[in-house]
Amino acid sequence: MSAVLEVTSIKKNFGGISAVADVSFDVREGEILGLIGPNGCGKSTLFNCILGQLTPSGGEVKLDGKVVTGLRPAELNKLGVSRTFQLLQVFPKLSVRENLILAGQEHQGNMASRLVGRSDAGLTEAANQMIGFFKLDHLADEPAGGLSYGQQKLLDAAMAFMGGPRLVLLDEPAGGVNPSMLSDLKERLIAINREKNATFVVIEHNMEFVMSLCSRVMVMAEGKVLAMGRPDEVRKNPAVIEAYLGH
Amino acid sequence: MTSFAKPLKIALGLIVIAGLIVVPMNFNRYGLFILSQWAVMTIAAMGLNLTLGYAGQVSLAQGAFVGIGAYAAAIMTTHGWPLPAAIVVAIVLSFAVGWVLGYPALRVQHHYLAFVTLAFSTLAFLVFRNESWLTGGIYGISNIPRPHIFGFATNKPLPFYYVCLGSLAIVSAAVWWLIRSPWGRAFMALRENPLRAQSLGIDTRRYTLMAFAIGSALGGIAGALYAPLTQYIDPVPFNLSLSLDLLMMVIVGGAGFYFGPFLGAMIAVLLPEWLRFTEGYYLMIYAVAVMLLLIWSPTGILGILDRYLAERRTKAASALRAVAKSRLETVQ
Repeated sequence: MSAVLEVTSIKKNFGGISAVADVSFDVREGEILGLIGPNGCGKSTLFNCILGQLTPSGGEVKLDGKVVTGLRPAELNKLGVSRTFQLLQVFPKLSVRENLILAGQEHQGNMASRLVGRSDAGLTEAANQMIGFFKLDHLADEPAGGLSYGQQKLLDAAMAFMGGPRLVLLDEPAGGVNPSMLSDLKERLIAINREKNATFVVIEHNMEFVMSLCSRVMVMAEGKVLAMGRPDEVRKNPAVIEAYLGH
Repeated sequence: MTSFAKPLKIALGLIVIAGLIVVPMNFNRYGLFILSQWAVMTIAAMGLNLTLGYAGQVSLAQGAFVGIGAYAAAIMTTHGWPLPAAIVVAIVLSFAVGWVLGYPALRVQHHYLAFVTLAFSTLAFLVFRNESWLTGGIYGISNIPRPHIFGFATNKPLPFYYVCLGSLAIVSAAVWWLIRSPWGRAFMALRENPLRAQSLGIDTRRYTLMAFAIGSALGGIAGALYAPLTQYIDPVPFNLSLSLDLLMMVIVGGAGFYFGPFLGAMIAVLLPEWLRFTEGYYLMIYAVAVMLLLIWSPTGILGILDRYLAERRTKAASALRAVAKSRLETVQ
């Protein structure tokens, strides 16, 4: 399996604080990589550096072997890299359907055709499909801001999949989502992973969710990679137990 | 929306349009001037509504763009150019200047952006006043001709009112198209959540600049009509207070609502006439009314309507759910 994403020696300092200190790893085509670690260990900062939302203090990010460090988030998204957010990030006043249409529209045509060409014909249909897939049918015309926390998390995930991304970085998708909705979400992620051959990196604190979903797990602590391996290996690793999982 | 609502809306729209065409035929010179002014200010407010209401970018410079358009039209038409050519120049000029003014918005937002645009507004005013070789300075430009459209002279108030109304119709249609296109959605995404927008491939830089440029261009069109409407311009009407007036029109009508500027401009332009009988108290009444309105409904007049419709929808939806549930229970 080839690497979709190669991260080499990424560093990020905020003033004198080193949030991410020399992190290197790669993500293989089609895998679901879990990213775990205590709060404040640099997981989200690492995501933001990879996605161009923060400029790394050093290091390099390669997508399909091409350097993409320093590209803006919108440019990376056009290359097929999508994400979800730890905190709710939807368009609150727009309906669920409009949120999803927005999530897909920039992947069709160009600026000019988006103004004059009515290029959204297929978009509404794609949005409706995604609504069905995530069982949001009864909420399709509601403003996204009126949805419950868990529903908005689900919508956030659905939005990340609208453009048909190859690589999706999910930041705590299970946070605040109730158990039955969570098993739904897991099913959906596995389905998209298999059918659309999408690659995922998932930050999550819910161990059961991570261990059952991911093919490999990376553990971070204090801005560094502590361990990387299969879920059962990582779970037994003494350093990981010490730093994160507890006895 | 229920199925009969659409024909109803279309009928209402047609009645309003017919009214705007027919009723003013009996108006005197002053009435026509006021109504033309309403059409012109609506165009300018629609531009600001695009920048502020839809794209969420605060601007206190819309009045300056009206000034840029007005001076472009005044200078060109007094030198023998036809008005349509002047309008094109006004559009291009205010679009370009608006684009440049958009750059600060890529770095600063909200009240900081308001101050940047306020400074620009002052700068534009000083250019209008001090560069007298071009603008006539404090003496302004007089004898601005009204255009011939398809051979018809529009010197008289009624024909020129139709020029303003026709321009408003064209701009309205264009804005309607724009906000329903993916661009319109992208503008709303800027307002609602730029962080999320970026990560969905929405080029927030380009759309922010476009929101400023297009909004400003509409200000320019309004200015290019304002000059032949008053047939005399000097710098005073284009100072900061015009920008504030336009801001007020957008906010009072309902920022981010398509019909907000129509309503806001109507109140700002016509209310002084209706309140004329109160003599000196007009501004006081207006000020108190605006304060009360914004306390009651921060989203403006159309915000009240929107809330009412949303409540009705919610009630209807929950009634439907209750029916469905009771049916389900009977089946069981």
